[in-house]
Order: sequence, then structure tokens, then C-alpha cells
Amino acid sequence: MTEKKNNPCADGTCRVPTSQRLQTFDTSADSGDIGALVSATIDEQEIKVPMGTTILDAAKSLGIRIPTLCNHDDLCIAGVCRICVVEVEGQRTLQASCAYPITQPIVVHTHTRKVRQARRHILDLMLSEHYGECYACFRNNNCELQALAKEYGVDFFRFGHPEKPRHTIDNSSYSVIRDMDKCIQCRRCVRTCIDLQEVGVLEAVGRGKDTAIATYLDKPLGDVVCINCGQCINRCPTGALRANDSTDEVWAAIDDPTKHVIMQTAPSPRAGIGEEFGLEPGTPMTWQMNTALRRCGFDMVFDTNFTADLTIIEEGTELLIRLYKNLVEGDGSMPVPQFTSCSPGWVKYIEHFYPEYLSHVSSAKSPQQMFGALIKTWYAQINNIDPASIVSVALMPCSAKKYECNRPEMCDSGYKDIDYGLTTRECAQMIREAGIDLPEMPKSEFDEPFGTATGSGIIFGATGGVMEAALRTVLELVTGKKVEDFYEHADIIPVRGFDGCKYAEITFPDELGPVPELIAHLVPNWDWLKGVTVKVGVAHGTANAKKVMDDIKAGGKFSQCHFIEFMACPGGCLGGGGQPIPTTPEIRKARAKAIYAEDKAYGEAGKARKSHENPAVLRVYGEFLKDGPCGHLSHKLLHTEYTPRGKYIG
Amino acid sequence: MLMTQQDKLMGELKALVEQHGTHRNALIPILQDVQKRYHAISDFAMQTIADLLGIHPVEVYSVVTFYAFLNEKYHGKFIIRLCRTISCEMAGKAAVARQLENDLDIKFGETTSDGRFTLEWANCIGMCDQGPAMLVNDQVFTKVTPEKVHDILEACEKAFGPHTMQTEEEHVL
Repeated sequence: MTEKKNNPCADGTCRVPTSQRLQTFDTSADSGDIGALVSATIDEQEIKVPMGTTILDAAKSLGIRIPTLCNHDDLCIAGVCRICVVEVEGQRTLQASCAYPITQPIVVHTHTRKVRQARRHILDLMLSEHYGECYACFRNNNCELQALAKEYGVDFFRFGHPEKPRHTIDNSSYSVIRDMDKCIQCRRCVRTCIDLQEVGVLEAVGRGKDTAIATYLDKPLGDVVCINCGQCINRCPTGALRANDSTDEVWAAIDDPTKHVIMQTAPSPRAGIGEEFGLEPGTPMTWQMNTALRRCGFDMVFDTNFTADLTIIEEGTELLIRLYKNLVEGDGSMPVPQFTSCSPGWVKYIEHFYPEYLSHVSSAKSPQQMFGALIKTWYAQINNIDPASIVSVALMPCSAKKYECNRPEMCDSGYKDIDYGLTTRECAQMIREAGIDLPEMPKSEFDEPFGTATGSGIIFGATGGVMEAALRTVLELVTGKKVEDFYEHADIIPVRGFDGCKYAEITFPDELGPVPELIAHLVPNWDWLKGVTVKVGVAHGTANAKKVMDDIKAGGKFSQCHFIEFMACPGGCLGGGGQPIPTTPEIRKARAKAIYAEDKAYGEAGKARKSHENPAVLRVYGEFLKDGPCGHLSHKLLHTEYTPRGKYIG
Repeated sequence: MLMTQQDKLMGELKALVEQHGTHRNALIPILQDVQKRYHAISDFAMQTIADLLGIHPVEVYSVVTFYAFLNEKYHGKFIIRLCRTISCEMAGKAAVARQLENDLDIKFGETTSDGRFTLEWANCIGMCDQGPAMLVNDQVFTKVTPEKVHDILEACEKAFGPHTMQTEEEHVL
């Protein structure tokens, strides 16, 4: 039987109609105990499955392939594309195997003449409305429709093929471009946006042949409440949704000899980019990518983990200030729980849906933007480069980062802090275009002065990573002891894993250390933290973020938390909207494994694994941000403010 | 929309939600009531209903565009829906359609400038044996002839007389 999925429909909070919910069955126990086992004969092979299993899942466990388009492991059942039809004996018509629960012994045939013909016709009908040539599409060779057309030997357009585009491309958003000419109306984006992310940008509008996937009142994507998370891109089977590509601008900057082009790379793309080059998910490419990017023509390749460490210091300090103000001074101007601000999708989500809670969001910028501000100030200064000639590019697993770098307030260096955001897919495209075979590249280090990063920076890529990194630092700063004294190998397991909403408690011991020099001017002593239990929460995917926010509103257990990490994408950044397509829970697990393995490798190689031990970070505070974390200059460059946007669509 | 109109609408919508409940099942009854009262479901109404039911505006929009009896654009007080399917076509729908267009001086899919009548096509309304058939709001007329069209429209016109209450319009025929 198939492995038990992490079922978002199981906890009873799912809004999806009962018939569309994912069904999961506990198959870990001895199958005999479940009782209601039914036998199904699929293509002459017999299997016993728990009552309610779909034909598709039963076939999968037998190793029988049934093609699918609208079905997706992360999403609820839709049954709209009909490509998965099979013949069930005793049924007059063909049945959609993804939506057919087995409740009595059945005999199924998956590739009879009738089935093959029906599938071929369905494909022909889809192609009769699918405008575009495959070789001018970014999904060429990675398109589920194209793959099926090949699988079913489509060699002519039985029902015709559109000669001209019938829709205009919506490129109003900084992040996501919609090309409805390529849409096959599988509604994966609809289910992603409504059920998985609870944002609700897209729905099927109209009826019958006039049905189209549209935004509210068909407004441009840039004008509606979209958080730019790009999860719809990752799940679209065709090229109807894609990220707003800025590779042309980046190439132009590289080709301009007067420009100093800097690339910073986030942790998650390293764990994912290998998939674009045919490697197994979870094959880290960190050091090969450095060489490849230099060969592409980037003048400098920096590690975003450096500013991830910086974020931890800034955000951690802000947390301690908040706690001190609330617990000791009784000043509620900076309320707890503090929310993380690294995920631009989450930031836009809270700006739209919970603007009244914006004072809870840490004012620290995301690592990408911190780096941008430092590159065009400190880095330019110490290397005597005119900041105006610097083009700062960020490789991110994320489409929302494209929006973030275009926010008007992100110009604290006096210039646009980050000029372009690239997704993992776009970066892979650039590397391919330069004729580079990434896996074969020799390994090389990141460039100085930001070369050194820590394991804490790397785990930012996985859900719970920011929390773990912050806890490692806060624990050591406050207790004066090593994290290893509390957690084996400094792995704070309670905040790891793919549960939607995680909750953990850490009690400080009665003996605490002295206040470290770095933040000595902010708090006099740690006496007020003695024996205090710090409660933390972690949520990934904005549907889970909504659950946590509603719990806070209702005064539930998360309202008692001190610090909550939110990530807009399921799985955290490693499941981001800029990562290679496809995405499934298994792929995300493999990427997470790669990220945690790299953190471990830092420890084994004797390198720092905690943000406050990062020598480059300490150097920045020593030489540039002299008034320390949350000081005047750091507030100017590394902190930001948010806009309450509300959810009214004007 | 004026603020005072918005406030009034908001109050009515809240009352409707109170009446039908906040579960998303309540969406269609609420939309039907709004349609009945305002002859259109405005942008503001859709967003407010979505907010009150805890769903997304695009979901409300999706439902409104799916059903022919729910409209975002203003529809006249009398919506005339003439069946256009094959039995009615063969029974002489074309002449009835021409008469309607001439009498009201609008084309199908349009609303008269005084906001009284909207003309629309309908697909089969199950009166195939008694075609041509049409609906005026929710009242069915069968075996309609061009002459009958005139009488029906006149009866509707009477509903706008100074002596009639606004709320009775729909049931006057």
C-alpha cells in the first residue's frame, strides 16, 4: 500500500467538500486489524486494499501506471481532467480512477481500447484549445501535457489547434505571469491557492465551454490579493503559470564591463538545483554552483547564509528586547509573540489578512534584503567600488523575493538594495545557456568578505530552521553554555519536521550566564529569564499560518508563545515557488535531508554552526555596524517597516 | 458607491448572514436574496459576503458567474428569458424574439435604459411540448405568440404605476 500521506484534510479544519477530501488509511498496523479490506483486481492482478482507497492509489501500489493531470499529491481530489479514466466492470461509463473509492470487490481494466481511445480524445480536446509551440515554452521537456501527448502518440491535431493567441498574457505581477492560452483548466492552481495556501486568488469562473481560471473580476494579478508565493507555478502541469523571468536583465549586466555583478545564493536552491540537471532530489550542489556561477560571469559569489546569521542576531536581539519590555518593564509597545519576517510571501500575507498584527512582525529584513543593503554600503566602501555600478542579484527558491526586492522601501543603501531576484529554475537556465554541466563542476568556496557562514544559516531553508537557528543562539547567549549541553549535536528536533503547526517549549535553567558584550547595552542582566519557559511555534504554508493566527486571535496556545516562525511555502523555502518543478512531499523531504546534512557537515568539519559564532558577522559588527545589533545604523540598513494593506480588492 | 449606500448594504448583508448562517452553504441563498433586492450583485456585495462567510471574494465571484440567475451587472426589474433550444425554435421562437426586441427596443443580453426590462436567452426550461416558452422573472409563459408578447409586456408596464408598491412588482403578473 502507499505510504501514509501527511493529510491536510484529516484534522477537520479543511473547507473542501467531503467528497473531494483526501482519504488516508492507517496501513502501518497489521492489515488484518483494519477489518474492511476489499479486494480489487486491476489488470488481472489482485490486491486487497482498505475500504475507500481510490483505484489510482491501488494501482500505484501494484506498480500499474495510470496517467494523471489534475491529480496532485499535495492537493485534494478534483476529478476534472478525466485523463485517468479506467474501465470498471459493471459500470456503464468510464470512471475517473483518482476519484473512485473502492468500496466493494471490483475488476478494473486500465488500458482497454475504450480507455486508450478516451484518453487520446481527451488529450486531443485539450490540445484543441492549447495555444503555443512547445519549443517556445519554458516548460519544454518538463511539461505534463507534452509528456502525455508523447505517451499517447499524438501526431496530429484531431480537433484542430488554435492558430492565434486568444488571451493576453497577464504580466502585471512582479512575481507570477499568467498565460491562459496554455491553461488546461485542471484547477491545480485553484486548489493550491485556496486549500493549500488559503489566499484565494484564482477560481474557475463561468460555466461550460466558457469556463476559465480567473482572478476576482478578472483583474490583473498585480491588483488582487496575491502573496506571490508561486506555489501555483510549481503545481501547474503546463506553462500557463511561470515566474517573472529576469535572466535577460542579469545577462545584460554581466555583459556590461562597467558593472560589478554580485550573486548571493540562498540555501534552498543548492538542495534543489540538481533536479534541473537530472540529479536525484536532495543532491546538494553548493560548491559546484559557486564555480558554475563564476564561469557564467558573476564577479562575486556570496553566501546568503551570512546574512541569515546576521538576521538571527538582529531578530534574536529584537526578541530579547521584546521579552525584556514585556516581562520586566510591562511595556506593550512591542508585543509578543514576535513573528519572523524572512518569508516575503508570509509578510505580504499578514499585511493583507492580519494587518492588525503587524506590530508583532520582527522589523528585521529578510536575509536577501540585508545582504543587498550591506553590499551597496559596507562592501562597496571597503573595496572602493561605486555602489551605482554594482548590480546585486539574489538566487532564491522563491518568486515572492522578486516582489520583495521591488518594494519601494527596500532602498536603504541609497540604491535599489537588490536589483534582481532569480529563481532556482532561472539560475539553472542561465547555467545551461552558458554550456555548463553543473554536476561536473569542480568545487569552490564562496567569496570573501562574506565567505564564512554557519550551519544555522543553512537550515533557514527548511521549515523550523529559522527557529532552530534562533534558539541555538538565544540559548547560548543567555545561558553562557553550549547548546550541545541541552540538545545532542545541537539538533533541536522538536522544531523540525513537516507537521503543519509545531509547538515547543524550552525552559531556561536557574543559572544563567553574563550578558554577552555584543548586547550588553540593551539588557542589564538575565535574572528575569531564570526558570522562564520560552514557548515557540512554527508554521509553514499560509493555510497553517492562518490556523495559527486564528488560534492567536481566539487566545489559544499560540497566543502564549514568545516567538513564532512563519513560512509561506509548504516545507519552508525548500518547497518555494521558485524551486524546480515538480514538487511532492517526497521531493521536499529529500531536499530537507540535504539541508540538514550540510548543517551536520559544518559541525563535522569543525566549522561554526551557530550564528553568533560566525566570524564574518562579528567582523561586520566590529567594523561597520558599530552600535551593535538593533543599533542606529543597523536599524537604518537592516530593519524595515510594513504596510497594512487589508484584503479589500480595490 | 456612496458610503451611506455601502453602510446600508453592509447592514442588510449582515442581517442575511444572521438569517442563513455563516457556513459556506449559506452562500447561494444569500446571493439569491441580494439579487432579488438589488437586481445585481455588486463588487462591494461580493467582497462583503466573502468576508462575512470567511471565504475568498473570488469564490463568490465564481459562484455568481456560474449561475445564470445571479448577475454582477444590473438587470431590469423584469427579466424576460426566452427559450432558444430546438423545440421552441421549431415552434416559432424567432418571431417572438423579434417582437420582444421591437417592443422593448433592445437586443438580447441588454437592459432597457429605464432599468425596467432585461432580455436574455435561456436554454431549455422543460416546456418543449408547449413552445415557444419564456420566463418573466419566475413565471412561465407557454405557447407565446407575437401578439401575446404585447399583452405580457403591457401587464408588466402596469406594475410600474404610481399605485403599486415597489415590493410587489415581481408578483404582479
